[in-house]
Amino acid sequence: MRLFSKLRMTLVSVFRRSHASSHLDDEIRYHLERQIEENISAGMSPEDARSAALRKFGNPALLRDQTRDAWTGGWLDSLTRDTKYVARSLARTPGFTSIAVFIIALGIGSNLALFTLVHRVLLNPLPYPDPDQLVSIYEHESGGNAHAHMPVDAGSFSEWQRASQGVADMAMVSPFQGYSVSADGGKLPEKIEATMCSWNFFSILGVNPALGRSFGPSDDVPSAEASVILSGSFWRRRYAGDPSIIGRKIWLDARPYTVIGVMPESFVYSGAFGGNTAQVWTPIAHEFPPALMTTFEDHEAIGIARLHAGTSLQALVARLQGVQQQIKAGHPGPAVHDSVIGRSLLDDAVQDYKTPLYALLAATGCVLLIASMNVASLLVARIASRRKELAIRVALGGGWLRIMRERIIESLLLSVAGGAIGLALAWAALQWLMKTRDDMNRIEAIHIGAVEIGFVILAVAVTALFAGLISAFSSKLNDVLSGLQDSSRSMAGSRARAGLRRTLLVLEVSLTVVLLIGAGLLLKSYQRLRTTDLGVPVDNVLTLHFGLPEARYKTAVQRVAFFENVLSQVRAIPGVQSAGLVNAAPGQGYGGDDLVSVVEHPPLPKGTGLDLQNRGADPGYFAAIHLPLLRGRVFTQDERFDRANVVVISQKAAEMCFPGEDPIGKHLKLGFNGRVGEVIGVVGDTRWNITEPIMGQMYWPVFGNDWVNVALVVKSPANVSSFAMPIQKIIGALDPDLPVSGVGTLREAIAKSTVDSQFDSLLILAFAVIALVLAAAGLYGVLTYLVTQRTSELGLRIALGARRDQLLRTVLFDGIRPALLGLFLGLIGSAAAVRLIRSMLYQTEPLDPMVFASVAAVLLAVATLACMLPAWRASRLDPMQALRTE
Amino acid sequence: MGKPSDLLQGTLDLLILKTLLLEPLHGWAIAKRIQQLSGEVLQIQQGSLYPALHRLEQQGWIKAKWAESETGRQAKFYALTAAGRSQLEKEAANWNRLSAAINLVVGEA
Repeated sequence: MRLFSKLRMTLVSVFRRSHASSHLDDEIRYHLERQIEENISAGMSPEDARSAALRKFGNPALLRDQTRDAWTGGWLDSLTRDTKYVARSLARTPGFTSIAVFIIALGIGSNLALFTLVHRVLLNPLPYPDPDQLVSIYEHESGGNAHAHMPVDAGSFSEWQRASQGVADMAMVSPFQGYSVSADGGKLPEKIEATMCSWNFFSILGVNPALGRSFGPSDDVPSAEASVILSGSFWRRRYAGDPSIIGRKIWLDARPYTVIGVMPESFVYSGAFGGNTAQVWTPIAHEFPPALMTTFEDHEAIGIARLHAGTSLQALVARLQGVQQQIKAGHPGPAVHDSVIGRSLLDDAVQDYKTPLYALLAATGCVLLIASMNVASLLVARIASRRKELAIRVALGGGWLRIMRERIIESLLLSVAGGAIGLALAWAALQWLMKTRDDMNRIEAIHIGAVEIGFVILAVAVTALFAGLISAFSSKLNDVLSGLQDSSRSMAGSRARAGLRRTLLVLEVSLTVVLLIGAGLLLKSYQRLRTTDLGVPVDNVLTLHFGLPEARYKTAVQRVAFFENVLSQVRAIPGVQSAGLVNAAPGQGYGGDDLVSVVEHPPLPKGTGLDLQNRGADPGYFAAIHLPLLRGRVFTQDERFDRANVVVISQKAAEMCFPGEDPIGKHLKLGFNGRVGEVIGVVGDTRWNITEPIMGQMYWPVFGNDWVNVALVVKSPANVSSFAMPIQKIIGALDPDLPVSGVGTLREAIAKSTVDSQFDSLLILAFAVIALVLAAAGLYGVLTYLVTQRTSELGLRIALGARRDQLLRTVLFDGIRPALLGLFLGLIGSAAAVRLIRSMLYQTEPLDPMVFASVAAVLLAVATLACMLPAWRASRLDPMQALRTE
Repeated sequence: MGKPSDLLQGTLDLLILKTLLLEPLHGWAIAKRIQQLSGEVLQIQQGSLYPALHRLEQQGWIKAKWAESETGRQAKFYALTAAGRSQLEKEAANWNRLSAAINLVVGEA
């Protein structure tokens, strides 16, 4: 009750202040009138009565003020006054204000953008019910040096599913699939990405279709009628969001599929092996050939599990581990893995982004720190120039706390303005990011929400307190009062303040050095990536992909006829230098691998094999793409169909399979289907991905050997992209229902696979440059301030005959000293920090001496430059003028 | 009479609360009443009376209401609240303890 009335009083005195004030005036007037009346009745004349009453009453204005002070809202009153005062004084120095606001906006904006990324992408739970129970399960080869998380074969998965009954529900998903959608209803044929999944995939994630129904167990068998679920975006794009699509048939790979459902547009599944770009989902047991559903050797899927309450990921993995060991014992083939590994579904989606995002967040954190130090430094300088004013105010009885409060309000105003602009900057940056990096998992989850706003408020508060407190404590009470006694030539006070700014500078410089070194390492690594040799010349090479649907191209003769037709027509285009067919062009993907053995060698021990990438190529491919032939020969035109049992291997494959012997004339045997081929030639190595190590490769004739998905590789002397349209027309004329996809040059493919590295290195470089500029500005500011403080001293020295170059050196060294100390600390800090980004580096050592040396050189150069101007100015002082100052 | 006795810090609050125990009064009447009750010894300065009244009001110990005064004009009447009543008991007890203690010291001399 009392609390309530107090609250009411506060509200009244805050919000109805003028009302309350007029009431107070009434009250005082009443009192005066009563006093006058009393005086009159005591026999005074009205005038005397009035003046006597006023005399007794004292100063009504003072009384009013004192009474108002008793109101609880009083502090607010003076706060408003202070804020107005500070705002006015900030507005009087627009240069200072806008620089300070800009610096803070930069710091807070970059931090908010990165925080949003980390929060929404890495930390925010997945958009499924009870996402903590969802895990991804992979196979693992103990002692293997390949990827830790390897896809699972359908055979093992069935065993896992059986073994996990009662502790978890498991689904299988194969996200790297695709279909050709036939031309229908006036729409062009197109190639789409697809995910094949077991029927319970959606129910395990806990998501229902927006339209129609989900898969049932009866859809997920080989004998079922073909069914498909569309993604929301595909449905809207290709079928104009028509709800009557449910129950209709669409043609995928020239086979009819009934559309049974449409997922909500918001639904997305992202895993380490993709899935977020899937346009349709199909039941896996219906799509996979029966042999693929029982094999232990072909790893085509990923296991997803929803843990039952009370089951941990470790417990499930331990249970499956036993199962997998039994499988390995029963099937000791080289392609059967012996181990199981799992991680949460969230980790599975974002593992690849963790290190880069945290590194970037650390970088922006450094920028914010440097920014607030710089603002603090600016505020200290501002205070210093107002020492006399402050001293007079304190001497006249201005409250010390009041002056402190003004400092905090000042930095708070700057920070709030900076935070608001930073918010806008971050929003723009995130919009840009979502446009340019739509390949990133979970990018769709990014938005600025309540948590992000909270972060901005926190960042503003911390920045304001940090900068405000430093500037407030930089002018201690005694110090301020001594300002009055300070003769213009006394140095003690200002030296101490410059010392504080120097300490800030040392920190700034050392953080900048850490950022610069991080940026330098990433840039070098990016440079390495860009200059990595793909194995073939990358300029003026165009690639286009198409796949022949087996439903329409049933025989090898049909397929080879189509391939040859395309090749001869493309080669006939004027301007085309050469053309070839391959299943996967260099730098454009893994393209499949197989375990091989050498027929002439003693059988390999069980459980081992030689892993080579499997390629199909036409006889003209090698010359077309300028892949050097090192030994032997390439295919001839008649080595096709039954005679296609010849193989060309890469140099790396030759070293792996035939160390120290001549591979020509020897035979390779494929582990999967037992096919044997005679090695007829050795060609140069090519990389399947610029960021990955070279793998051994074997090329089989594409005319035969069941190849259906191929890339057409075209080379021309110039402007190769202009041939994309004519070639697509040729293919369209041969088969109007065959979609062409992945049209692009080799250069673009390389750019795509280096985009992560480019992105990370450029962003960190940008932050490092910001930090460098801020640090340089800080150096310049401190030195300029020092020189101004010492103007009369320097003038005196010159008048007494000091040499100007000597003065220049003294002042310059004064400024560079903190930079040197900062550089030293920064180099030590970097040596520790770079270990954290080791995984982001490609062929670059974290302690690369070149990077460290060049960063040190750049920093020293910038620091010298920043100090040069004030130092030079100091040495050019006119002694007469300087001595007359003050 | 000389300079009116300086009231002990906080004593004014006690006096006001006590005065209001009987009936709601406006500021002028409170000053008058204290003056009369103390036998013209305690002269309340307006400079301390109004800040004290407003402070007590903010504390929720008294509440104010505009009403017609005995002279027929609008005046701000202060009345004791329940919280103010218990505060008065507390402060009165405190005062008794303090004055008894002072009496002991002064009386002995």
